[in-house]
Amino acid sequence: MSEFFAQFAVPHPSTLIYIAMASIVLGSIALVAVVTYFKLWGYLWREWITTVDHKKIGIMYLIVALVMLFRGGVDAVMMRLQLAVPENSFLDAQHYNEVFTTHGVVMILFMAMPFITFFFNYLVPLQIGARDVAFPRLNNLAFWLFFMGMGLFNISFIIGGSPDSGWTSYFPLAGNEFSTSVGTNYYMLSLQIAGLGTLLTGINFITTIFKMRAPGMTLFKMPMFTWSALIANLIIVFAFPVLTVALAMGTMDRLFDTKFFAIGDGGMDMLWANLFWVWGHPEVYILILPAFGIFSEVISTFSRRNLYGYNSMVWSMIVISVFSFAVWTHHFFTMGQGAFTNSIFSITTMAIAIPTGVKIFNWLFTMYKGKIEMTTPMLYAMHFIPLFTLGGVTGVMLAMSAADYQYHNTMFLVAHFHNVIIPGVVYAMLAGLTFYWPKMFGFMLNERIGKATVWVMSTGFVLAFIPMYITGLDGQARRMYTYSESTGFSMLNMLSFVGAGIMSVSFLMLVWNIWYSFKNSPRDIGSDPWDARGLEWATHTPIPHYNFAITPDVTDSTSEAFWDSKKNGTKLFKGEIKDIHMPNNSGQTFILSVFFFIGGFALVFSMFTLAIISLIGILACMGYRSMEDDHGYHIHKHEVEETEKSYDKKGGAK
Amino acid sequence: MGKVNNNVPLEYSTEENSLKIFGFWTFLGAEIMLFGTLFASYFTLVDRTGNGPTAAEIFEITPVLAETFILLTSSFTIGLAIHAMRLGSKKATLTFMGITLLLGAAFLGVEIYEFVHYAHVGAGITVSAFTSILLTTLGTHGLHVTFGLFWGIFLMIQIAKRGLTSVTAGKAFVFSLYWHFLDVVWIFIFSFIYLKGMM
Repeated sequence: MSEFFAQFAVPHPSTLIYIAMASIVLGSIALVAVVTYFKLWGYLWREWITTVDHKKIGIMYLIVALVMLFRGGVDAVMMRLQLAVPENSFLDAQHYNEVFTTHGVVMILFMAMPFITFFFNYLVPLQIGARDVAFPRLNNLAFWLFFMGMGLFNISFIIGGSPDSGWTSYFPLAGNEFSTSVGTNYYMLSLQIAGLGTLLTGINFITTIFKMRAPGMTLFKMPMFTWSALIANLIIVFAFPVLTVALAMGTMDRLFDTKFFAIGDGGMDMLWANLFWVWGHPEVYILILPAFGIFSEVISTFSRRNLYGYNSMVWSMIVISVFSFAVWTHHFFTMGQGAFTNSIFSITTMAIAIPTGVKIFNWLFTMYKGKIEMTTPMLYAMHFIPLFTLGGVTGVMLAMSAADYQYHNTMFLVAHFHNVIIPGVVYAMLAGLTFYWPKMFGFMLNERIGKATVWVMSTGFVLAFIPMYITGLDGQARRMYTYSESTGFSMLNMLSFVGAGIMSVSFLMLVWNIWYSFKNSPRDIGSDPWDARGLEWATHTPIPHYNFAITPDVTDSTSEAFWDSKKNGTKLFKGEIKDIHMPNNSGQTFILSVFFFIGGFALVFSMFTLAIISLIGILACMGYRSMEDDHGYHIHKHEVEETEKSYDKKGGAK
Repeated sequence: MGKVNNNVPLEYSTEENSLKIFGFWTFLGAEIMLFGTLFASYFTLVDRTGNGPTAAEIFEITPVLAETFILLTSSFTIGLAIHAMRLGSKKATLTFMGITLLLGAAFLGVEIYEFVHYAHVGAGITVSAFTSILLTTLGTHGLHVTFGLFWGIFLMIQIAKRGLTSVTAGKAFVFSLYWHFLDVVWIFIFSFIYLKGMM
């Protein structure tokens, strides 16, 4: 019996982990107590957990993303603190390994991914004038699968031990021989479950965008964010199955002693590296393209001009999506492919800079002669352009395979990819969050605090990451938990730590801004406070759950339909209000996802009986769903008219 | 979704169905990538046999030919089932679906025999990188067929109970796409794993 429980113990405990355990337990108890005290369980179940409304599902993704931003951020600060002075003993090597592993996984897969999925969910149906996504219940299932994967990953450091072989989990390091705890099992299984959710999201949004656009909205009249969402979701559908296979092989190697990536018996560790990056490189474009989409919306809105070069924007994304599958080897130039292969992949990698450059110039030309209004979202975009370009240029440096031998696996690389991901993805997410906040919650975030946040964040960013370029060129290796004083890295690492601290302050300012604005911002802001351009602003605020009482018709408009209707009087809502068909909520998806969680947990600890029971549970849920006959319900025309009248009293778009 | 279009086959008659069929094609796109990755890995690992047997040493033509004929025939019968569905004959639809599922079960039976045979000749999944990828690729296809059997049974019950409605027709059509897809995958397995391995 004690042996059974011993397997759940953390193999390398420390005070920090015990503190984390205690705070997680206390936090959970407090959460349950609050929900119970205010009798919110029924409300949570009916309105959120079982919801099929794309807007609410979007908000749930947003909450997960923000919580994970906090968790990944704490990991980041811990790493910078450890490296702030030479020979530091705040973290030992093992814990440092665990922290950089979870930082990477959490930030990419459980922060950035749900953040962009939040925008897919919230914006795409509104931008194309639809009432919901193509498969609302599948959308709910996708969220819960993602959520269970996230949960499974996050319990690893208090039950059984964190993964510790890097977010790339290269074999043979990630094999049983060198990763003896169950940590890497958690990695394999939680990513598998969350990845399944992401694949479902991809299928759902491709179908939604191809089949559910408003009348008159041809593909080349779609708003730019919707275009970016379409391309990103196409990449998801074609890239994630590769990860599925790689993770399945890794899981089998660890649990069933297969020999895919083994050192002997014909196994090939490089197969993992290749499969991982065949998924992994497209993955970074899955993240950055929607970020580009958000910036396109923000920059054209606040320059008061149509987006410059719409067609070239679209084609550059299409070219990027194709190239994204042809560059993966650049992640391991030094791992023995030979000069010829390296040269090919050097060229394809550098070539990606061309369509990306096209986009940068399009944004600049959009602003040229525009009436620029420097709001908070626009300020994020202004900081994004120079900082991201810097990151792109160092990316081209890394793409030169011969030179890469000098700085591969150093802090130079770490500086590069943070330099594209933070000003690229994180700034876009925060710009979009600020931009769409009034649409979602009915009040604006404070502009003064917002702009200060951007400046503080960029200051922190530059201080934290520019020094890494220098120490990297000097040879400071990444993923090393300490360094000696004689290396001369001390001052620059201290600077990075200060930068990380300043960035943390900026995130606290963001939280403060939300609280401050919630308390103080006026609520009578109408439905279009930014004087914006896309169909998403043609809805009421707050958005009724059917989105549009009458489906918009954009036959006579451009890609910026709402702007046309405001400036040229184009009529958007033709026809009259009819009954609206809506899907029913369902709790089955949540139950199904719980079985996935239990099954995943069981496999982590090789408890095969429990795993089989969960598999039966999963199949039973699917069988039940197959036999179910659910036709949804109708909102009667009179109800819609009543709702619309209540908005008319408050004013807003007609 | 209330809109019913009578100028197209029953499975396409509602907007909801046409969304589902489109979505399923997208899913098959993902499946192509899944099997594509397995094949790429197979070609990478096929000669990495370690101390275990090679492909030529363990492959047997008889069960493989049996599997191929059974599965190809089942693809034909599921096509007949959809044809019968379009003619509006519930009984013929159910009959051909039943034959399809029986053939699927027969295929699985032979595949299980084949796996047992591999275990007997020392080609278990843990023996070498080659046996790992071979059995994983075949097993992934086999699991898809197994899943299809359960799916098909549930569908037959629904068609028997509720008749050929736009809902059941849409589901049956999607099922037929899935079944044909598994057949296409098998053709690749037959050509590039078995035939190439035996040459």
